[in-house]
Amino acid sequence: MTSDTAMPNAEPGSSKASLDHHAPNTTWTRAEATSTGAAVEVIDLHKRYGELDAVKGINLSVAPGETFGFLGPNGAGKSTTIKILCTLVAPTSGLAQVAGYDVVKSRNEVRRRIGLVFQDTTLDDYLTAEENLRFHADLYGVPRKAVKSRLQEVMEMVGLWERRKSEVKTFSGGMKRRLEIGRGLLHAPRVLFLDEPTVGLDPQTRSHIWNYIHELRKREDITIFLTTHYMDEAENCDRIAIIDNGQIVAVDTPEALKASIGKDRVEIQTDSNSDTVNALKSHFGLDATESEGVVAFHVSGGEQFVPRLFSELSLPIRSIRVARPTLDDVFMNYTGRTIRDAESSISERMATNPWMRARSRR
Amino acid sequence: MSNDLSAPAQTSTGLVASIPESRIAGGRLRDDFRGISVVWRRELIRFSRNRVRIITALVQPVLFLFVLGTGLSPVLKGGPHGFDFKTFLFPGILGMTVLFTAMFSAVSIVWDREFGFMREMLVAPVRRSALVVGKCAGGATVATLQGAIIILLAGLVGVPYAPVLILTLLGEMALTAFGVTALGVLIAARMSQVESFQFVMQLLVLPMFFLSGAVFPLANLPQWLAVLTRLDPLSYAIAPMRTAVFEHLKVAPSLLKTLEPAITWDGWRVPLGLELGLIAAAAIVLLFAAVAQFSRPE
Repeated sequence: MTSDTAMPNAEPGSSKASLDHHAPNTTWTRAEATSTGAAVEVIDLHKRYGELDAVKGINLSVAPGETFGFLGPNGAGKSTTIKILCTLVAPTSGLAQVAGYDVVKSRNEVRRRIGLVFQDTTLDDYLTAEENLRFHADLYGVPRKAVKSRLQEVMEMVGLWERRKSEVKTFSGGMKRRLEIGRGLLHAPRVLFLDEPTVGLDPQTRSHIWNYIHELRKREDITIFLTTHYMDEAENCDRIAIIDNGQIVAVDTPEALKASIGKDRVEIQTDSNSDTVNALKSHFGLDATESEGVVAFHVSGGEQFVPRLFSELSLPIRSIRVARPTLDDVFMNYTGRTIRDAESSISERMATNPWMRARSRR
Repeated sequence: MSNDLSAPAQTSTGLVASIPESRIAGGRLRDDFRGISVVWRRELIRFSRNRVRIITALVQPVLFLFVLGTGLSPVLKGGPHGFDFKTFLFPGILGMTVLFTAMFSAVSIVWDREFGFMREMLVAPVRRSALVVGKCAGGATVATLQGAIIILLAGLVGVPYAPVLILTLLGEMALTAFGVTALGVLIAARMSQVESFQFVMQLLVLPMFFLSGAVFPLANLPQWLAVLTRLDPLSYAIAPMRTAVFEHLKVAPSLLKTLEPAITWDGWRVPLGLELGLIAAAAIVLLFAAVAQFSRPE
């Protein structure tokens, strides 16, 4: 699969989105910085763990300054892809470039130009916030003269300047995540990778973290590459790639993706959901799915369809809801299931595969 | 130095502008030294902040020195010489302190991995070797400091506070600590869970300690035990320290024969330089092995 086929037919929304999706046709054999200027460029990327194909031929191109979201259930290949881009895992085949450098051949060049915030905390609890950041500055070779001012800048930005002398073990989960985001920015990276930046945080803290990310986009000339399995968070991105089963099934702006479905989502509750699914198929030729006691289907002109539904369907309907498509619907449209169903089937698959389970802990 | 990727546009008023791209480079020798120094500093900060650890680490040596030492003293006093067994024990206890502290410090790598901090180090644009050298230097410093606390007790067991002796002991402890930390880092590189630390203690650290001559003289042993003690690298670290202590005491020649501070190979007395050389060589080999372990691609 190439990014060409992965693109939905809808028009690209923003100018960023339309920027050079077709880069695979250009020459990509050099390891050094390239002239196309994409912040992240991935061509036919594969990663195989033993018998398991974690990534099966991913193509994507992220423009500088773009906020790019990687949306998919756990185990879909998001984390593996991001680890390859961060030089933590070597790809089995294919090409990946970050900030113009090949992630395999120019590992250190890439590392200097990226900031990383992982799902799990990577702070030293016994050090103070400031010591953690100084440590980072030294590891990344931030010029000594710049350290002090830069440290203050990022700590003020994530609202932790007053707490800089506190040991990290006294911090809450949200504060730790903010500190990690600040640390990821300390060495002025070109690309900031956020792997599930809000996972495990309460809704209020999640929205705070997003405020910081938005602030960051305004203030820093930086590309943000994030993974998430929260649909509402994906809405914040300039563009989204939907990844399922190790492949990208769609890439576009959230608006364009939603528009690409072109149909409204109708949810009904009845006394007999399985009969309803059958009746919808036989009467209207609609493919409905049942999930969590609700029958859902997509139809164009949802409001106009409702009267027909009542008059032609003999089954009693208890409730009905018509909604414009959401990213959930987009995900459903491209993968044939909801993200929650996808997650449960993956966790079953992983439970039977001890090797994969061990991997997922990392 | 590659400047192909130009720094942010001049129009940018963002924070990025405050650090020019070309200056974020690493990979030079200076950057490696900075990497070494920061890993070293972290060990010291963590050590100094963990008072409980410093104090608990004192319990074991104090028990050995004053309880075991006092308990066994009558055995030696029964002889004609009236030599305090605690004085004999003292250099062995220094070795023990260094062994345990350095090993503990090295194995903290497994904790670092468990709690994620390892990843912060591994993704940094710093050579892995710099991280390992920094860790070994840190462990060595911490273990030497812990040993220095034990040296403070010297007067209580009849060892003089002679500056030359103290400096000699500190130097020998530092060398030993570096070697032990390198060994610990090498093991920790292969260790995936904290629980494995118990195995390392039981199967490696305790045998090393008991066979090293820390708590008994290496002279007049049965053949099997004599061979095992000579195979224990820690023996060659304890012997120089004991030699140094004995040089500052007036010990009857007949007693020296039973207490024999230096190591003999089939009757041949191993020179001090060779003992220290063996420790240094082992430390270097272990360091390279540890670096190789950590440089393996994941």
